[in-house]
Amino acid sequence: MELSATQMTHLDRLEAESIHIFREVMAEALNPVMLYSIGKDSSVMLHVARKAFYPSSIPFPLLHVDTRWKFQEMYRFREQVSKDYGVEIKVHINPEGIEKNINPFDHGSAMHTDIMKTEGLKQALDLYQFDIAFGGARRDEEKSRAKERIFSFRNQEHRWSPKAQRPELWSLYNGLKRPGESIRVFPLSNWTEQDIWLYIYREQLPIVPLYLAAERPVVERDGLLIMCDDDRIPLLSQEEPQMKMVRFRTLGCYPLTGAVESQCQSLEEVILELLTATTSERQGRAIDNDHPASMERKKQEGYF
Amino acid sequence: MDEHRESVRGIAQRGIEAYLNDQARQDLLRFITCGSVDDGKSTLIGRLLYEAKCLFEDQVNALHSDSIRFGTQAGEIDFALLVDGLSAEREQGITIDVAYRFFKTDKRSFIVADTPGHEQYTRNMATGASTADAAVLLIDARQGVLPQTRRHAYIVSLLGVESVIVVINKMDLVDYKQTVFNQICVALEEVWSGLELPSPLVIPVSALRGDGVVTLSSLLPWYDGQTLLSALESAPRKQRTLEHPFRMFVQWVNRPHLDFRGVSGTINSGKVSVGDEISVLPSGQRAKVSELITMDASLSSAQSDQALTIVFDREIDASRGDMICSASAPAEVADHFSAHIVWMSEAQGLCGRSYLFKLGALTVSASLTEIKYSVDVETYKDQPCAALELNDIARIHIKLDQSIPFESYRDCESLGSFILIDKRTFSTLAAGMIQHPLRRATNIYRHDHSIKRQSRQQLNGHRGVVLWFTGLSGSGKSTLADHVERILHAQGVRTYLLDGDNVRHGLNRDLGFTPSDRVENIRRIAEVAKLMVDAGLVVLTAFISPYRDDRAQARNLFANGEFQEIYVSTPLAIAEARDPKGLYKKARAGLIPNFTGIGSPYEPPYAPEFTIDTSEGTPEDSAEFIFETLANVLKLGSEG
Repeated sequence: MELSATQMTHLDRLEAESIHIFREVMAEALNPVMLYSIGKDSSVMLHVARKAFYPSSIPFPLLHVDTRWKFQEMYRFREQVSKDYGVEIKVHINPEGIEKNINPFDHGSAMHTDIMKTEGLKQALDLYQFDIAFGGARRDEEKSRAKERIFSFRNQEHRWSPKAQRPELWSLYNGLKRPGESIRVFPLSNWTEQDIWLYIYREQLPIVPLYLAAERPVVERDGLLIMCDDDRIPLLSQEEPQMKMVRFRTLGCYPLTGAVESQCQSLEEVILELLTATTSERQGRAIDNDHPASMERKKQEGYF
Repeated sequence: MDEHRESVRGIAQRGIEAYLNDQARQDLLRFITCGSVDDGKSTLIGRLLYEAKCLFEDQVNALHSDSIRFGTQAGEIDFALLVDGLSAEREQGITIDVAYRFFKTDKRSFIVADTPGHEQYTRNMATGASTADAAVLLIDARQGVLPQTRRHAYIVSLLGVESVIVVINKMDLVDYKQTVFNQICVALEEVWSGLELPSPLVIPVSALRGDGVVTLSSLLPWYDGQTLLSALESAPRKQRTLEHPFRMFVQWVNRPHLDFRGVSGTINSGKVSVGDEISVLPSGQRAKVSELITMDASLSSAQSDQALTIVFDREIDASRGDMICSASAPAEVADHFSAHIVWMSEAQGLCGRSYLFKLGALTVSASLTEIKYSVDVETYKDQPCAALELNDIARIHIKLDQSIPFESYRDCESLGSFILIDKRTFSTLAAGMIQHPLRRATNIYRHDHSIKRQSRQQLNGHRGVVLWFTGLSGSGKSTLADHVERILHAQGVRTYLLDGDNVRHGLNRDLGFTPSDRVENIRRIAEVAKLMVDAGLVVLTAFISPYRDDRAQARNLFANGEFQEIYVSTPLAIAEARDPKGLYKKARAGLIPNFTGIGSPYEPPYAPEFTIDTSEGTPEDSAEFIFETLANVLKLGSEG
């Protein structure tokens, strides 16, 4: 493959920027980790990280903050990735959440997310003393993300302060920090949902099959199509799971992630549907809709 | 819509693969939007996204509900809310940080940096402009060219963004009159005459109504130029550095096993091919490129902006921060520069204070040697400047503690741009752009003398060190230093005491008590002490030296153990009660501004070698204690 810079496409530029960020962190971090959520953004982030260090292997572990409520296919995919790429994936589940059997049905999405994801993440970062954590968040996802830096500082309590962000110019990243402080680094900040899909297509990356349409058992709740991924989902009296051709635009805890009806069974069709889509991807997520500024508040509390 | 987004039917006819390949092949334009608070900048971006069909239904729905809750358009859809991200800002109704937006048409992908126009936030605009290929500058048709317009144009020009589109917005409020547009164009020519920028493209628009944003409007029949969107689709990318000689900073050494060693980085400028002769700076070692590696393929050549790993035909010593250059045209190396700087911190920037300087993959120590002038960004006139304040733009001289390879910002952005970082808090203080190197220091050659410090110390029979007394006025520094010197002298140790009496009246008589003069005062004292220590003496300095950073900088001049910090910790109340020179009384009466402890802070050391409170115990006892502890430090051979 011959590339000349005059022909660098926007995907080439995004990839080069992300590679630069990975290498900058690696050169200056003490104990970095990649937060791996099994979704499509994680697939892209992992792939770009492999490119950044090739022929060396990825010089840091992956961390999955599990809630015990992910789709079964996600757990299978996680094991496959670990095997195929020979990467170490550490898994952390908040023990307090296990003890109290925190779940989205009895405790609601807000408390479930807070205890299993936000608290779980903070515990894992403290436990392993990771000083820098890569995340796959993108600025096009949500309004408060649009203002976050690529190097996002967290204080000793892992909190984000939107008014105390360091200015970030050119491709110069200031990764210095004092003991106890940490940095979340978002190498895919400037990618859009479309870029992610076009890149997955270009690079032929494996993704969780849930992104493609298939007949799946779903029930409709509060306007969301929820998949009955296992028998832990309590069915209401009049509810009857129905088989529908559905796929997911975003993956998370299955009781909180809405499916969309779709006939797209191939990557090409999914991308085409996306390019002509009329709703944005976070619509399928229950947590953003709680309150107008809910994501910003969660981030200040330490959520990714 | 069809002009900017291909229809589903069109895609089906051409084949999905061909369509996706086209999409994946698009190039990228990053641009910044600048305007004043009421120019309708956020409305314009919102309108652009809406008209180019880059908004989703749920976003439009959320916008409708937000418009009712927070909107300023009486329940009408308020596009500004789309771009004003953080809730605190939404309530204030202004944007206070840089927000990034993304959209694409069939021709191009775009990243928009939306930066606030409020005058407090020069910093944010410089941040947005640093990565921009083009700038969209808004003017309210009713207001015409304002001081803010001049400021925006200056910053854009300073950051080297040459492609500027000026949007004259709110044409609906001036009845779409051509005369208004023409008058503003004339005023713009005057602004541009003071800048090193090519002429801008000027477009009349009503963001609120959508005229001229994506389609030409029948309400502007006299205008037949480009719409804003078509101008953005055809704007040139920032002049990149293809024609420049090859340079790449080593970011990371890639060493998976003993048989492979490569250097990873992103090419800063020029082209490189397998077989090219390169040299490594600063060592000057040479080698040939044997492989250009990416995970996808081994390349035969590569160009600026590509990220890769380079392998050489022989073992060379290259590590992070070294630069790989074309051997026939290596980069210049220097340690003293003239630069433009944008000050981004609440903490003042002062000459003489030491900062971390980050350029490419290099981080070194640096200090400002001179603030030539700051620029009034509204009149473009130079003005004198003693200290750098938040949002100041200035021309400065900066000296590094080692020579580095560089290019001027104009020639190569990534090798001429730097940030300054506070050594203690690690916050980013400033962003700078190298203009040219200064040659003064390079003509001073160090002469290798035959009588060395070692020999002088042998003759004296003791080591040279500095005893740095610090504390409030009246804390007892001079008295204590005097006692210590007497004991040392009695023991045959060669000493000298530097204090206000012998320094302030001579060497430093040009300095006052402003923060920047205090920094310079301490810098000179430290340098003099260093010469005296080199002469083999034990130097005692007795100055308030209130700032931690300056004492840390003084300490940095000396080897381990050579700098003994003695914190005279007598409490303020006691020092004030003593008031031997009546200074506290005057300061309390407001007669002495900046008096340490009253109008100016004293920053106590975190880890001094000694802490002595003179209100406890006699000076004789304290001096004896210091002397006993020092005995080992003074012994020859204790250099460690």
